[in-house]
Amino acid sequence: MFKEYKTIKEIKGPLLIVEGVKAPKYQELVEVIMENGEKRLGQVLVADENLTVVQMFEETRNLKIENTRVRFFGKTLKIGVAKEMLGRIFSGKGKPIDDGPEIIPEKEMDIQGSPINPYSRAYPDDFIQTGISAIDGLNTLVRGQKLPIFSGAGLPHNELAAQIVRQAKVRKTGEGFAVIFGAIGITFEEANFFIKNFQEAGILSRTALFINLADDPVIERITLPRVALSLAEFLAFEKEMHILVILTDMTMYCEALREISGARKEIPGRRGYPGYLYTDLASIYERAGRIKGKKGSITQLPILTMPEDDKTHPIPDLTGYITEGQIMLSRSLYQKGIYPPIDVLASLSRLKDKGIGEGKTREDHPGVLNQMFSAYAKGKESRDLATILGEASLTEVDKKYLKFAELFEEKFVKQGINEERSIEKTLDLAWELLSLLPQSELKRIKKEYIEKYWPKKPI
Amino acid sequence: MEKEGKIIKIAGPLVVATNMEGAKIFEVVKVSEKKLIGEIISLKENVAFIQVYEETTGIACGEPVFKTNESLLVELGPGLLGSIYDGIQRPLNLIEKMVGAFIERGIEIPSLNREKIWHFKPLLKEGEEIESGDILGVVDEEGFEHRILVPPFVKKGLLKMIKPEGDYNIEEIIAKVETKEGEVNLKMYQKWPVRQKRPVKKELVPDELLVTGQRVIDSLFPIMKGGTACVPGPFGAGKTVIQHQLAKWVDADVIVFVGCGERGNEMADVLIEFSKLKDPKTKRLLLKRSVLVANTSNMPVAAREASIYTGITIAEYFRDMGYNVALIADSTSRWAEALREISGRMEEMPGEEGYPTYLPSRIASFYERAGKMICLGKDNRIGSVSIIGAVSPPGGDFSEPVTQSTLRVTKVFWALDDALANKRHFPAINWLISYSLYKERVEEFLREKVSPEFPELIKLAQKFLQEEAKLQEIVTLIGAESLSEKDKLILEIAKSVREDFLIQNAFDEVDTFSSLKKQYLMLKAIFAFERKARELIERGLKLKEIEGLERLKEKIARLKYLPEENLNELEEVIKEIETYQHV
Repeated sequence: MFKEYKTIKEIKGPLLIVEGVKAPKYQELVEVIMENGEKRLGQVLVADENLTVVQMFEETRNLKIENTRVRFFGKTLKIGVAKEMLGRIFSGKGKPIDDGPEIIPEKEMDIQGSPINPYSRAYPDDFIQTGISAIDGLNTLVRGQKLPIFSGAGLPHNELAAQIVRQAKVRKTGEGFAVIFGAIGITFEEANFFIKNFQEAGILSRTALFINLADDPVIERITLPRVALSLAEFLAFEKEMHILVILTDMTMYCEALREISGARKEIPGRRGYPGYLYTDLASIYERAGRIKGKKGSITQLPILTMPEDDKTHPIPDLTGYITEGQIMLSRSLYQKGIYPPIDVLASLSRLKDKGIGEGKTREDHPGVLNQMFSAYAKGKESRDLATILGEASLTEVDKKYLKFAELFEEKFVKQGINEERSIEKTLDLAWELLSLLPQSELKRIKKEYIEKYWPKKPI
Repeated sequence: MEKEGKIIKIAGPLVVATNMEGAKIFEVVKVSEKKLIGEIISLKENVAFIQVYEETTGIACGEPVFKTNESLLVELGPGLLGSIYDGIQRPLNLIEKMVGAFIERGIEIPSLNREKIWHFKPLLKEGEEIESGDILGVVDEEGFEHRILVPPFVKKGLLKMIKPEGDYNIEEIIAKVETKEGEVNLKMYQKWPVRQKRPVKKELVPDELLVTGQRVIDSLFPIMKGGTACVPGPFGAGKTVIQHQLAKWVDADVIVFVGCGERGNEMADVLIEFSKLKDPKTKRLLLKRSVLVANTSNMPVAAREASIYTGITIAEYFRDMGYNVALIADSTSRWAEALREISGRMEEMPGEEGYPTYLPSRIASFYERAGKMICLGKDNRIGSVSIIGAVSPPGGDFSEPVTQSTLRVTKVFWALDDALANKRHFPAINWLISYSLYKERVEEFLREKVSPEFPELIKLAQKFLQEEAKLQEIVTLIGAESLSEKDKLILEIAKSVREDFLIQNAFDEVDTFSSLKKQYLMLKAIFAFERKARELIERGLKLKEIEGLERLKEKIARLKYLPEENLNELEEVIKEIETYQHV
């Protein structure tokens, strides 16, 4: 059952305004049929019997006001999901674009999803070993967390994300992940990099790719993460799988949102982004986690490039307020030739505390983590001081901290793009570095652990 | 049955309906056949603008709107403690039971369990003159004395009937009162409109410290019972951890924790922690002294706006019983954003940064619901509500409207600092710009309750921190080595205050909470050390040369890990410092 109208009043960017629609439903699915029979999809943005606003999921190019029919379906956009979607490639709307057969859906899902009842959530605390010291040791990722990578143009966030995907596993059980990869407005080359990487690592068969390239319709960037996450929820909570979702680049998503908001002539918030950007982003990022009594989980690793490397820009800023920490990449480390250029001080994992320590990683981990942070912070202060006054003016202890900071970047943060370090190796490395400092400086580690783990021979 | 309205427009959480003659502002309505809960926020002739507390997807123009003639109410009575509610007081645990892990729409569940049996003990006798606020009787809620009050609308009357001690559910009539207006039936629960302050007899000036167990707060920037505090900070600066710490450790009788537009996992964390940890004073589970209101960032925006009021009304109800209540709201910025979103959809003229022009007055009237009060009732009992509100300023910029409007009305300011957080100095409260306007009143309290020395030690600590800030400027110019021994000692002591006292590890089972006595002794140890070192320097010795001091310094650094029951060891360390002889 559907209603059809030929009363388009206005076409404006991705929006159509249709007159005299009877009983329009908020967010109902709309199909626009052009003179030549071509069909395009959209949804109701403002339901109003006089002037209903329709937001198109596809381009409005070549649409005519005359002779174009608008169909109202009376139901919201749903996507058919199935386990066999793993190993396949889809558009932002969830249509296969890899010449494979059509998907036979196991379930229809509303792409908006429903909020997880906070009472039903299980707290994420399974340590994920990524094999990367700066993450595992200091900003530990756990299963069910949403931890974005804050990057900038030209930094190796793609390489890092690919390395995490290749190496991530839960240590306790050795389980890996199925991957859902959402490419939002990135270039063909970048998308290709990921596909190749997944292929070489032999995980393409457990990866579903949703791809919207830089020259694909902007409007599909709005549906893409929602379609991808609907599949993730299906696989995690109905098929009991552990899902790692990569969304890149969220900045392009936000810009698409701004474009539509502008077309609607809404009152803009900061930097022209709509006032509801926080709520909108939350409706994506909050679709991660674990649920009591269910085996599966969704871990999110969104990537965003900060305009001008500015973390107070609304996109990273609002993201940081929603996600459970961030992995911050640093241009100056990268220029020093350090890969992965993770700025550990500006990075944070909010869920690390329940995922580390005895029974999770190793008993000394929490103390070592705190000590490493404060030692590196002090080392960096000493470095600043040394640049102004010269190294000679530093106190003996400060000189040791300076040395610590150098080696910390060179040995701990820096590692090969295919190098996978176990958590024990990471922690042992940390102790080696800490042994550069006098024992009395290690105020944040319990005495018994200092005695137990202090390296026998210093570096 | 009253005439129904008819929907003419839907835009997100805003629904516009016509044929709404006779409707009132802030009246609750049920929208569409799905009976979504909404509230009228504006009226224009017979057209009502309704903010809807649930997702409006799929609702059609032409569907009906049902009037209820009621405002947004909360239910207050036995069963509140230990509950977790959404923004409009629907119990989330029952929602899970009904529909599973994902929240659906149009669910109607009473906030308080109607079947549960409570043991009621009357305190008044038939024939007594009563007035609003009098305690009819008490219910023991797992160790908590839940006082059943004569509700505010019963001004004065004669108690005609009261049920004898026994087991009742909350729907049973437990008392009958004869008033001028006629006979009134009272049950164990009452309803109250959330947007209306609950009445009291008189407001008092707060004069008692709200002990939080957090050293930087209690010693440097204290808050009082009935006071208000604002915690702004950029993301990652530790707002949430501070809020959780306060919710766990403040010495209030009841905690109302409002998770407003924040992370779902954090609420899960609060729930899990609260069902494990015990109140240090009463040894009851934290959950049993708490009411949680959770409207996470992906739950409907309008309900986020309501959640703050739901929380404060519940807090006031427990205050009326004569308890000290702490309301912790994380984060009020999300509430302000909800106001902005609705205001934008109504096409109102925006004020600063798109926020509606009435934002400052809404914030002010919310914080004014805090205070220490003489409650209604003949016994003149005293209760208090303290409000601690987190603010999430965009980009960590404190000049934005929500932070500024909040600072104008709150008395305590805990400024969270990104730079400190990056150094993992937690709690990252910046000691140079934070303040507490309760400071002087607290000094008296500390002098009396802990030690006459304590306020002096606190002043010393602050003096050293300020001197350090000055000296740091010199150090960056000429280096630390060129300072005088005296100045070096100042840096050394300030460092000790920062690292050994202010830094507190929320995740360490001992360090997570410090009693006032421990805080006092820790400062005492640091400044005993300072006196000793100063004496030695004045004798011409150099700091670095005094090896014995190093040993003492290390002892001071480990004081924070001394359990509360071993505080005598702390006094021994102080003695050791005081009697130290340099050879």
